[in-house]
Amino acid sequence: MSMNPKRTAGRVEDPINGVETVPARLRYASTAALFAVAAAGLLVSVVVASLFGSANIGPLDVLSTILRHVGLGGIAPTPPLPKLLDALVWESRFPRVLLAATVGAALAVCGAVLQAVTRNPLADPYLLGVSSGASTGAVAVLLLGVGGGISLSTGAFAGGLVSFAVLLALLGGGRVASPSRVVLTGVLVSQFFAALTSVILMISGTANSTRGFTYWLLGALSGARWEVVTVTAAIVLIGVLAIQFLAPALDAFTFGWDSATALGINVTAARIWLIVLTSIITAAAVASSGAIGFIGLLVPHAVRILTSPMHRSLLPLSAVIGAVFLIWVDTFARVAFTPHEIPAGVITALLGAPAFALVLKRLES
Amino acid sequence: MGHIIAGGVSWSVKGHRLLDSIDMVAQAGKTVGLLGPNGSGKSTLLRLLAGLRRPDAGTVRYDDTSLRDLSRRMLARRLAVVEQDVSAHNHVNVRQVVELGRTPFRGRFDALTGHDRRVVDAALERVDIADKQDQSWNTLSGGEKQRAQLARALAQEPREILLDEPTNHLDIRHQLELLDLLRSLDITCVIALHDLNLAVRYCDHVVILDHGMVVAAGIPEAVLTPDLIESVYGVNVLVDREPTTDILRVTYLAATPPRRPSRKAIHLDPR
Repeated sequence: MSMNPKRTAGRVEDPINGVETVPARLRYASTAALFAVAAAGLLVSVVVASLFGSANIGPLDVLSTILRHVGLGGIAPTPPLPKLLDALVWESRFPRVLLAATVGAALAVCGAVLQAVTRNPLADPYLLGVSSGASTGAVAVLLLGVGGGISLSTGAFAGGLVSFAVLLALLGGGRVASPSRVVLTGVLVSQFFAALTSVILMISGTANSTRGFTYWLLGALSGARWEVVTVTAAIVLIGVLAIQFLAPALDAFTFGWDSATALGINVTAARIWLIVLTSIITAAAVASSGAIGFIGLLVPHAVRILTSPMHRSLLPLSAVIGAVFLIWVDTFARVAFTPHEIPAGVITALLGAPAFALVLKRLES
Repeated sequence: MGHIIAGGVSWSVKGHRLLDSIDMVAQAGKTVGLLGPNGSGKSTLLRLLAGLRRPDAGTVRYDDTSLRDLSRRMLARRLAVVEQDVSAHNHVNVRQVVELGRTPFRGRFDALTGHDRRVVDAALERVDIADKQDQSWNTLSGGEKQRAQLARALAQEPREILLDEPTNHLDIRHQLELLDLLRSLDITCVIALHDLNLAVRYCDHVVILDHGMVVAAGIPEAVLTPDLIESVYGVNVLVDREPTTDILRVTYLAATPPRRPSRKAIHLDPR
């Protein structure tokens, strides 16, 4: 062929617009290595992030407390902490870090899936309004008693599914809408459900409403308790594993529904499963921590640039890196401006908005 | 390679009949051209042959198996489809595009096997795009995209392949190379084509569609008469033999004034 790509130190300079791509073989090796590093980083992050907080507790004490509670007290390096400090680590900090990891993984995976299901690189549960719908559902159950005793998570799931259905209906079902149309429709859906949530919060007028207001609309992890963490983690884990089964379908969506069908994929079934699973996972995340935005945009795009857009590796990598990312965002959010605590959703929006602009630019090139 | 038989295939959208009782046969290993003006139903027929749409009436059979009795995955292991003008929503590279061709053979959690990689390498070589395999799909020219899609189709190791105007974005050299390549493979090909001279050179059999009906079928030399071309395409032509190669040659002279004001061509999007 005419123009040979310039090879420099394993990377290929794209002759047309200078976009750098990494050779395939290098990517396979680096994907496995990155997963190992990220998984190790997650374990370290869970422990290290638990060190941060108002009370000064040493790293080994935190590690020992965690080990003692998970039944590995025999290898704990330091003697037990006083009851109060032990509770601070085990009942407050540690579940909050785990919830951050769970929600981060959930939103990152949902973002990657929504980008493939809508064939739109700007998709994210928050930007498409699924998070807002889930918030509305949760708040409706919590404050209005809608549904007669169904759980908060079920309300959030119903809300998320309804908003997704509204989004797809507005986009015209199976057709492929242009990225700008998907995003604008998402803004519409998201604003509508956010307004509904505000109305419910205002008219409910309880003592908790001011706090609840910021909590549900901005997204924060301050509600982390063990009951919340275990339920959320179980739903997210099962959902993410189920989505992994559909990774081949997500890859095959690259060139559209007909192309995927011709590759042997049952497109209708795969899309329905993916939409239901993302709604369930988003709902679980929102029920525990409100609507945290942009993680689904930031993390999968970073992983695609670093490794590969193919979902067999993209999904697990996004999950682990999303988990690490939200752990540190939330740690920053709770300690950076003590005694004030910022909702994690505010920080992700501060980071996410510029990233959105970058993706938009990349899309237009 | 296997043969494809369509019997009495009809398809309508919103009350408009886009295909009307189509009968056609693609013999094993032969190259069949689907010809006809825009809106005559070529792309729609290819979609029905590929099982992407279900006919209202009639059957499509691969060898002796009806399309209805083949699962999508089993069909994808024997039949590849090359669509027109597809676009990717993410930054896949060329090799990853070709690897998609292995989808019907891969388990949900399987990595690519050595065999998969060899098939992908061979497909990249065959369409002369191996040197761009690490390049992002979105940076390719129209012709390179078309060749990458063909490589993806070849990676499916198909017995039959359906192509919708595959020469569209190709320069002359790559048009000839692509059609030579398709002929050299032991694969039954059904190709929607616009260029009648390419059809004469490369097709064993042509099917002429007009307003969703088969108006003629047979070997190109017998079918492509000036009268037929005028009535289907509305173009006056000269058909003769090129003196040095002795290949049939169609020379377009002029568009004829519209003769059928009552019959409106249907331009519904078949999707």
